[in-house]
Amino acid sequence: MTIRRFLRFLPVVPSILLLLLFLLAPVAWSFYASFTDAALSGKAARDPQWVGADNYVRMFSENSFPLAAWLTVVFVVASAVIGQNVLGLLIALLMTRSRNAVSALVGTAVVAAWVLPEIVAAFAAYAYFNRDGTLNQVVGLLGGQGLDWLYSFPLVAIILANTWRGTAFSMLVYRAALAEVPRDIAEAALMDGARGWQRLAFITLPLIRSSIATNLMLITLQTLAVFTLIWVMTAGGPAGASTTLPVLAYQEAFKFGDIGYGTAVASVLILLGMVFGAVYVRLLREQRP
Amino acid sequence: MGRPMKLAGLTSAAVKPAAAKFAAMVSVAAVLVAATSCSPTPEAAENKTLKIVYQKTDASTALDAVMQEAKKEVEAANSGVTVELQPIQANDDDYGTKLALAQRSADTAPDVFYEDTFKVRSDVDAGYLLKLDSYLANWDDWSHFNDAAKAAGRADDGSIYAVPLGTDTRAIWYNKAVLQKAGIPVPWQPRTWEDILTTARAVKASDPNVIAFNMYAGKGTGEGTVMQGFYELLYGTDSTLYDESAKKWVVGSQGFTDSLAFLKTLYDEKLAVSPAEALDANVWKKVFGEWFPQGKLAATVEGSYTPSFWQKGGAYEWAGYEQDMGVAMFPTRNGQDPGGVSMSGGWTLAVGVKSKNPDLAFQFLSTALNKKNALSYDINNSQIAVRTDVASEAEYLAANPFVKDVSDLVAVTHFRPATADYPRISTAVQVATESVITGKQSPEDAAAEYDATVRKIVGEDRVLEK
Repeated sequence: MTIRRFLRFLPVVPSILLLLLFLLAPVAWSFYASFTDAALSGKAARDPQWVGADNYVRMFSENSFPLAAWLTVVFVVASAVIGQNVLGLLIALLMTRSRNAVSALVGTAVVAAWVLPEIVAAFAAYAYFNRDGTLNQVVGLLGGQGLDWLYSFPLVAIILANTWRGTAFSMLVYRAALAEVPRDIAEAALMDGARGWQRLAFITLPLIRSSIATNLMLITLQTLAVFTLIWVMTAGGPAGASTTLPVLAYQEAFKFGDIGYGTAVASVLILLGMVFGAVYVRLLREQRP
Repeated sequence: MGRPMKLAGLTSAAVKPAAAKFAAMVSVAAVLVAATSCSPTPEAAENKTLKIVYQKTDASTALDAVMQEAKKEVEAANSGVTVELQPIQANDDDYGTKLALAQRSADTAPDVFYEDTFKVRSDVDAGYLLKLDSYLANWDDWSHFNDAAKAAGRADDGSIYAVPLGTDTRAIWYNKAVLQKAGIPVPWQPRTWEDILTTARAVKASDPNVIAFNMYAGKGTGEGTVMQGFYELLYGTDSTLYDESAKKWVVGSQGFTDSLAFLKTLYDEKLAVSPAEALDANVWKKVFGEWFPQGKLAATVEGSYTPSFWQKGGAYEWAGYEQDMGVAMFPTRNGQDPGGVSMSGGWTLAVGVKSKNPDLAFQFLSTALNKKNALSYDINNSQIAVRTDVASEAEYLAANPFVKDVSDLVAVTHFRPATADYPRISTAVQVATESVITGKQSPEDAAAEYDATVRKIVGEDRVLEK
């Protein structure tokens, strides 16, 4: 490396060091702890022992982990990949065709859910789905019999809540992407007699493909990490029916004091995020010749 | 806008997740331990600060009052000493977690702290508690503590590490008016489990809107699930959780399955609250604050501290509770000897191993637990006194009409096996009850899963098939 190149590189060194210290070090420590029996109390708190892959073996011998992994995937696919992504695209498409006033109104309403801090959004969702909540009051007004949503359909409730909360992000991404689609291509297609859905499938979607992949990656990783929303709404219950991996990791590490096992679950979560990330990065790369 | 944020988005979003966040929390704590343990701290000549950590809830302010009083006394007796009270607003479970996290680092470790008796041994193993033997030997008041109380703070090595504030027992609390309306004569004392069901069914039949007999279950109510619920059942069968003589955990017992089956009956027949309500961590607030005073609940299993919620100044003041409420012993399964079951626990004060001023810390502890402060705490928090000199005070005996009834239960009470494994076993029991009341598992399957969990936690050589 020449001195010139080194000097050019110098200004970013502090940020790289900070990244290593605050992002990589905790992750590395978490991986390390997952091979020990570190605990909050008892002998293992004073003197954690190296237990090898025991924590990982335990994951597959207990029902709670495979269930949590499955629920996590369902939660991510349903609320992010389908819910936020498709709904966001749909709203963005409709907004490009509606009047400015309507579009502004819809945009504000959707973004409002997004700018709420997670804990506030979580309490709002809890108040909505709760036994005596808004949803059941509306159902009651219409003469229906309210359900205990958080108890009977906990996963559905948190999927709807997360979709509600996150759709704004996808909508903004697609608004920007759609604005960049050249008008003349769409017009040319129109001249050739392409119908609405044909233009969407063969012109618009391929043109914004990279935005789709970027958006999917970001919302997938965000949704994998959702904790507060679930914790406030259901705390992972009843009987584990809405315990996703972050909730399981938290419960094991801090509720049951088993930090070794908790960090092992967290490590799997990080791996899962990397797998999703790698798939999307590949999708992005393939597009460019 | 998609493109420019691609790279930044990948790195920050991939590692930001909650998982990494809590790993960061833990690792920061670990780094702090490492950093502070190797740097020698100079002995501060004056201006010493004592850090006191305890639990404060909306429902109970008695402990806070005692701490404020002790702070005044200790600061008056030692110039230059500041007592810093750090109450933690949390439920029992979260309090335990926060305390354990604070204890991991010398920077955050408290000098004196409020500690649940069942965590004493586990935390002694973790190296959080200071051995108090030499201090107790020079403390005259120690001879006033009864033997059971002294044992509460004893670890496996025979030394004392914590001093109890008071103890408690569990009983059936019932609303006399509600029972009478259903044609049940009061005072009511069930002799068997079947008596409980018979009465509960009668109450339910007379008024379907009344909760007939509630017992906590599930992880939501945490340790309350086992202390005010499951163990009253289990210890009334011929089984037990832990074999003290063999020092092994009991698995495969019929009593365990039968206890779960009893809970299933209560919840299936809708004699207790709905499973959704049972899993709410705040259900006990409704029990004390709404259902009992409003006559919507006939009976529940709760602690001897129950009147503290309803007394003047309590969280849910209820002027008529002395007349409306009654207390009964929880029966053994078939009425076999000794006829009843109760569970005892209680909280202690302990000194942190990492305290820089252990002498002062013990002085604070002994001030907080002196006769005057213990008396006011036991009365205001409806505790069963552990100091014999407090127990014989007329003021204590007159604190509420139930003092004698709940104190008598000490004769049939049980203590949790306070081994280091206990907190995790307790969680396994809570999980079993949750699976049963939500209908996820049959009592047999839930018991089998409990057995498997116990084997995993303590190891094959420390279980006993019964």
